[in-house]
Amino acid sequence: MSSDLLNLEKPIVELEKKIEELKQFSIDKEIDLSTEIELLEQKRINLEKDTYSNLSPWQHIQIARHFKRPSFYEYVDHIFEGFIELHGDRLFRDDPSIVGGIAYLNQQSVTVIGHQKGKDTKENIKRNFGMPNPEGYRKALRLMKQASKFNRPIITFIDTPGAFPGIEAEERGQGEAIARNLLEMAQLEVPIISVIIGEGGSGGALAIAMGNHVLMLEHAIYSVISPESCGAILWKDSSKGEKAAEALKITAKDLLNLGVIDDIITEPLGGGHHNPEQLMGSVKKALISHLDVLKEYSKEKIVEHRYNKFRKMGLF
Amino acid sequence: MLSDLFRKKRKYVTISRDKELKPPITDDAIYEPLEETIEQKSDIQDGLWIKCPDCDEVMYQKELDNNQKICPKCNYHFRLSSIERLAITVDDDSFIELDENMVSLNPLSFPDYEAKLEKARNKSGLKEGVITGEATINGFPIIIAVLDFNFMGGSMGSVVGEKITRAIETSIDKQLPLIIISTSGGARMQEGILSLMQMAKTSAALAKLDQAGLLYISVLTDPTTGGVTASFASLGDIIIAEPKALIGFAGQRVIEQTIRQKLPSGFQRSEFMLEHGMIDLIIDRKNMKDTIANILKMHSRKEEI
Ligand SMILES: [Zn+2]
Repeated sequence: MSSDLLNLEKPIVELEKKIEELKQFSIDKEIDLSTEIELLEQKRINLEKDTYSNLSPWQHIQIARHFKRPSFYEYVDHIFEGFIELHGDRLFRDDPSIVGGIAYLNQQSVTVIGHQKGKDTKENIKRNFGMPNPEGYRKALRLMKQASKFNRPIITFIDTPGAFPGIEAEERGQGEAIARNLLEMAQLEVPIISVIIGEGGSGGALAIAMGNHVLMLEHAIYSVISPESCGAILWKDSSKGEKAAEALKITAKDLLNLGVIDDIITEPLGGGHHNPEQLMGSVKKALISHLDVLKEYSKEKIVEHRYNKFRKMGLF
Repeated sequence: MLSDLFRKKRKYVTISRDKELKPPITDDAIYEPLEETIEQKSDIQDGLWIKCPDCDEVMYQKELDNNQKICPKCNYHFRLSSIERLAITVDDDSFIELDENMVSLNPLSFPDYEAKLEKARNKSGLKEGVITGEATINGFPIIIAVLDFNFMGGSMGSVVGEKITRAIETSIDKQLPLIIISTSGGARMQEGILSLMQMAKTSAALAKLDQAGLLYISVLTDPTTGGVTASFASLGDIIIAEPKALIGFAGQRVIEQTIRQKLPSGFQRSEFMLEHGMIDLIIDRKNMKDTIANILKMHSRKEEI
C-alpha cells in the first residue's frame, strides 16, 4: 500500500508522463508536435476507457479496497445535511467501526448508518479496519429501531472486510448479533436503502444490508467470503484469490444479474477516488430517486416488499 | 480441535491444522475448510474399532452405536448423521418428510461444484444437507429440520436455506412448534452470494414465526458455526446445545491469525457459550428428547387454558 497506484493504472500514468515529456520537449525545442501529442492523448483516452470497461473481478477488488477510496464519513459530509452522530449500543460500548446518526437527505430526516474504515494506520486501528464487533451491530440495530419508531427512512453504507474475528467478539455473541439484526431488519416498518460502497464482506456486511433496495457502486464487491480465503480453502493456495474472485461472482454486474442488488451506481472513470465529488453527486441522486419510490409505500407494504425480496433469494 | 471422529486408518495421526495456507483476512460466514473436514470422514464404513478423540478410549463401533454414539467412558458426544439424529429425536414412524426431492443446481457455474455435490450425495445417502419434515416428539406434533455434516459440512446453499424457510412457513401454516437441529460449517461458498442471502431469508422467515407466537427450539450440535450461527441457529426462543459442541461464528484459525495469540482452552464450546450467556442450557444426548418434549408440553396450547 506504499503507492496509491494500482497495477492497472500504471500504463495510463506512464502514457500521461510521456505526453507531458513530449509537450515539454516541444516547448523547449520550439518544435510543433501537436499532431503527435493529440494522437497520444487520444490513445490515452482509449486506453483508459478500455482499462476500466473491461476490469476483471480482481481489479474491481483492488479499486474497492483502495485506501484513497471515499469512506463513510465522506458520504455523510457530501450527501447529507446536519448529521448528528449517535453513539453506543447501551449494552457494552461504542464501536467505532460502525457509525450512525440522524441527518437530512434533501430535507427529509433519515437515519444513516455505515461501516467506517480508516484512511491511515492510526485511524485503521481505531476503526478496526471497518470490522465491527457485536456492539457495532447492536448499535446499528438500536438506531434502526429508533428510526422505525420515528418513521424515518434508513440508509446504510456497507464497506467492511467482514465481522471481526476475535475472542471477545465471540464471547459477546458475534453470530447472535448478526442474526438478530437480520431478524429485526426484516420487520422494520420504514424504507431501508443499502449501498455497497466498497467491500461487502459476508455476514459482517449483510448485518446492515437488508435493504428494500440494495444499490452498489460500479467497482464495489459483495461476497460470502474473501476471494483469498476461498482460494486458500478450495485450492490450498491464497494466491488463487484471482481465480476465486472470478468464480464467486462478486461484481456489481454479477450481483445485478443474480437479482441480489437492484441498481448499479456508475463511478467516475478510474473509480470514485479519482473524482469524489462526482461520485457523491451520483450516489445522492440515486438515493433520492430510490427513496422517492419507497416513500410511497405503506408500512405494511414496506415490510412485505422487503420480505418478498429476500424470500426469493436462491436458485435451485 | 475440529479433529474428526470416525477416522480409523488415520486414527493415530494428529491432523495438523497448520499445514493450511493462511487466509489473509476474515472468513466471516464461512467457518472452516469444509473440504478438509469431509476428507477426514472417509473411513467411516469399515470402522470396526473406534477411538474416542476426547479420552482416547478404544471401543467397538457397535458398542458406540448402541450408546447413541456417546463415549461410555467420558461422555464425549460423537457426531450423528441427520438420519441417526431423527431416529433418537422423533417418535417411531411419525416422520413425514417435506421437500425431499429438492436438489442443488450450480447457479454460479462454480468449478467442481457438481462433482462435490455428487460425492456428498454418495457419501451421505442424502439429496442435500438438511432433512425437514413433520413428526411427533413424545406425542407432541412439531416441524423439524435436521442438518447433516456429512453433506458438504452441513453448509447452507440455496436448497438448505429454502428447505429451512419452507419448514418455518409450514410451522406457521400448521401452527406447530419448530425445532431445528444444527450442525454446519456455515455458508456454502460454491453458491457465493446466494448462500449469504439464505441467512437473510431464513432469519426473515423466523421473524414471521415470532409474530405468529410460535415456539422455536434451536438445538446446536458439534459443530455449529459461521453463517448458520449468524442466522437461524442463534434465533431460537430456547437454545439448547449438546455438551462440548463447537459453537461459534468465526473460525478458530482465522481468529488466531488475526489476534496473534493462542485461544483459551474450551473456547467456542457449549460450556463457553453457556457461561457467556449465548445459550439457554446444555443437555446430554440421552436426555435431549425428553427435555424437548417437556418444553413442548409447557408451550402446548392446552397448557394455556
Ligand atoms: Zn471418551
